[in-house]
Amino acid sequence: MTKKEYWYWLCSISELSQKKKEAILSFFSSPEEAFKEKTEAFSRLEILTNKDIERIDNSRKESSVQENYAKLKSKGIYFVTIEDGEYPEKLRNIYESPLGIFYKGKLPAKEGVNIAVIGARNCSDYGREMARSFAKELAKAGVGIISGLAAGIDGAAHDGALMAEGDTFGVLGCGADICYPVENFNLYLKMCMSGGILTEYAPGTQPRAYHFPMRNRIISGMSDGILVVEAREKSGSLITVDYGLEQGKNIYAIPGRPGDILSDGCNNILKMGAKMCTETYDILEDYILTCKKITKGNKKNDKLLEANEKIVYACLSRIPKHLNDIAKEADFPIGELASLLFQLESKNYIKQIRANYYVTDIV
Amino acid sequence: MFSKVFSGAVHGIESRVVTVEADISDGLPVFDLVGYLGSEVREARERVRISLKNSGYRLPAKRITINLSPADMRKEGTAFDLPIAVAVLVSLGFLTEDSLKDSLFIGELSLSGEIKKVNGVLPIVYMAYEQGFKRCFVPAANVREGAVVQGIEVYGAENLIQLAGFLNKKIPLEPCMIKKEELKQGKEPYEVDFSDILGQELAKRAIEIAACGMHNILLIGPPGSGKTMLARRIPTVLPELSFEESLEISKIYSVSGLLNNNQSLIRNRPFRSPHHTITATALTGGGRFPMPGEISLSHLGVLFLDEFPEFNRNTIEILRQPLEENEITITRLTGTYRYPANLMLCAAMNPCNCGYYPDRSKCRCSSSQVRHYLGKISRPLLDRIDISIEVPQTDYKELNKQGKNETSASIRERIKRGRNMQYARYRNENIQFNSELSSKMLTSFCRLGKEEERIMEEAYNRLNLSARAYHRILKVARTIADLEEEECIGIRHISEAICYRSMDKKYWEQL
Repeated sequence: MTKKEYWYWLCSISELSQKKKEAILSFFSSPEEAFKEKTEAFSRLEILTNKDIERIDNSRKESSVQENYAKLKSKGIYFVTIEDGEYPEKLRNIYESPLGIFYKGKLPAKEGVNIAVIGARNCSDYGREMARSFAKELAKAGVGIISGLAAGIDGAAHDGALMAEGDTFGVLGCGADICYPVENFNLYLKMCMSGGILTEYAPGTQPRAYHFPMRNRIISGMSDGILVVEAREKSGSLITVDYGLEQGKNIYAIPGRPGDILSDGCNNILKMGAKMCTETYDILEDYILTCKKITKGNKKNDKLLEANEKIVYACLSRIPKHLNDIAKEADFPIGELASLLFQLESKNYIKQIRANYYVTDIV
Repeated sequence: MFSKVFSGAVHGIESRVVTVEADISDGLPVFDLVGYLGSEVREARERVRISLKNSGYRLPAKRITINLSPADMRKEGTAFDLPIAVAVLVSLGFLTEDSLKDSLFIGELSLSGEIKKVNGVLPIVYMAYEQGFKRCFVPAANVREGAVVQGIEVYGAENLIQLAGFLNKKIPLEPCMIKKEELKQGKEPYEVDFSDILGQELAKRAIEIAACGMHNILLIGPPGSGKTMLARRIPTVLPELSFEESLEISKIYSVSGLLNNNQSLIRNRPFRSPHHTITATALTGGGRFPMPGEISLSHLGVLFLDEFPEFNRNTIEILRQPLEENEITITRLTGTYRYPANLMLCAAMNPCNCGYYPDRSKCRCSSSQVRHYLGKISRPLLDRIDISIEVPQTDYKELNKQGKNETSASIRERIKRGRNMQYARYRNENIQFNSELSSKMLTSFCRLGKEEERIMEEAYNRLNLSARAYHRILKVARTIADLEEEECIGIRHISEAICYRSMDKKYWEQL
């Protein structure tokens, strides 16, 4: 067995927690020695229960480890260990660095800025649009977008980055060969091509609730800054923020109206000192040396619009508005308004995000 | 002595002549009924015997045999009581055969000899007229229903004594006459009107278009946004019923026994709103002895299905074929029945389980829950719904606004004009409305100009439309153009139609 296969063996015992794996490593000095050691030697480790030892015993089958390791290649999954040179440098510096990383696609570039864009799964249309547009603009400036490939904000952030043809990385709470949640399957496929899917769990590991807080430490660890788009008062996103603070990352948040329960989490961390973000530049200015400078002034000008289109465009904002309300404000009959909206939409000024709801489109 | 009397039986919403033959001969005293009878008809024996006795006729101790022919057609219902009694009276010599010339009888008898109301009078009288009968004797309680048919004398009899007295020319009885003009002008006003609804401009406009081209429509909105209110007002903007249409609807209602209070004709467009616990049979019609279901009761009117995803899946799926063919055929052992079902479907639903999506301050349904809820409606059914819109909650300001709202009457005028365009266009086709256009007809009736072609292509690519969605947009655009009395479909018609496009699968996946 090769050295890497021994590492693979240790990383793929999914029932063992990070702490126990670290204890094994420090006790036996390398996975290879641990693999070859007698069962009794493990019982000297106090942290391990009898059940754990039984599991370790069951997993110590040379043929099946080799077989599974060979399968990684056919699944298109790469494996790097903490000893390898390709291992993301930023992850080495965090508490409880993952011992190995399974990934599809590629890993974030060594130099270059990565921003985590995170938020609620059950988000509003507004939040989704914000995440998408921030990710899109950041990606255009050459920033890698990291998130958790979950429903809601996460998915929108990845989607935005892909729209700008930028790099985007999703950190999973399950094996890299499992797409969870399934509705993001299209994103998952696209990200394997442009960006990467990362996880510390071996292929075949099912998503478990307790995997996700651990996954969050990787999201924050790999990024240079964390942008919270929409989060409730008690939200999983705030776990990521806590990790980020421990790891010394910049925290950004998009403010919401007080009383909007979807933004309570964001507003709270703003009060605690996170940086308020209303446009992409608020983030970029902190990293401007390493980023491609974005040229301001590609903002939409409405010179290309006809008079009536201008009236309708002026009624719209980032917050979704129903056709009825636009009609009331702009004072157009529905028939005429519908065609004006269609024209604006084809000129990419606005976007219909759900049936009969419109927002302004950015860039 | 042998005698013969005519009556009628309902089959579907049509009816057929039934001959009731009676014979009285020597033998053991028996009252026998034959002729493939349902149990209600068999029970007529007791009702007839006793009602004759209580009307003052004494039945002799002889063998009385009644035959209902054609003997191979199943006979149901209580309408044969009266013709059986009359046949017996003729056989006994209380009435002359001459007095029954060209006459047809229907009615149920009570033990006291009173003639009680029955279902299906209108289709039977109509059939009698077509078959060349001159007189119809029906229960007095149904006489106005039958008198709608012109060109035949319809008499309403209270009881057996009165009827026999008239046939013997001893008691005078006037046929009931309803003038055709009276029927035409007697339109009952609707209790509701579109001017009651504040705001909801989009929904009103969409309904106007749907009503003009008989497109099926789906309203999606949170509870309390006025979906039901809107749907209830759809019949008020549909053009008035013609006499023939009215007669057709009344026949269905007559068969179902829903013409109450001696009502002569249904003059308003039907609006049916069955509860979501409805069974498939009740919706489409059927049963051991088939009866019209809700889809036939809303013929030429509106079928409103509130809480669309809550309906039993099987129940809803059955709608597919009738929506396409505008009628439903029910086959039973006893025969095949055809009920018309040319209706406009209006469905309403919440956007998710709790009803408030996408308002995330109220809705905490996960996106997979929302998807699951929306997914309860099958694709083939959605494909039959041309227009679908979101109905948002009306805000307080809107509620208190004292504005000028358009009345149903003025909307109806526009719709009439739009429909005239369609009638003229399709006079050589076997369709009436844009919603019925097949994809083949689309190419000849919805031809687009160069610029319009380009817009459609752009929309097709940008919105990821399916071929079906593309066709639906064309149909709706055709109706919008018709509303403006335009011969050609313009860009604004297309772009408006796109706004009402039914939810494409890809569109729902964007959540």
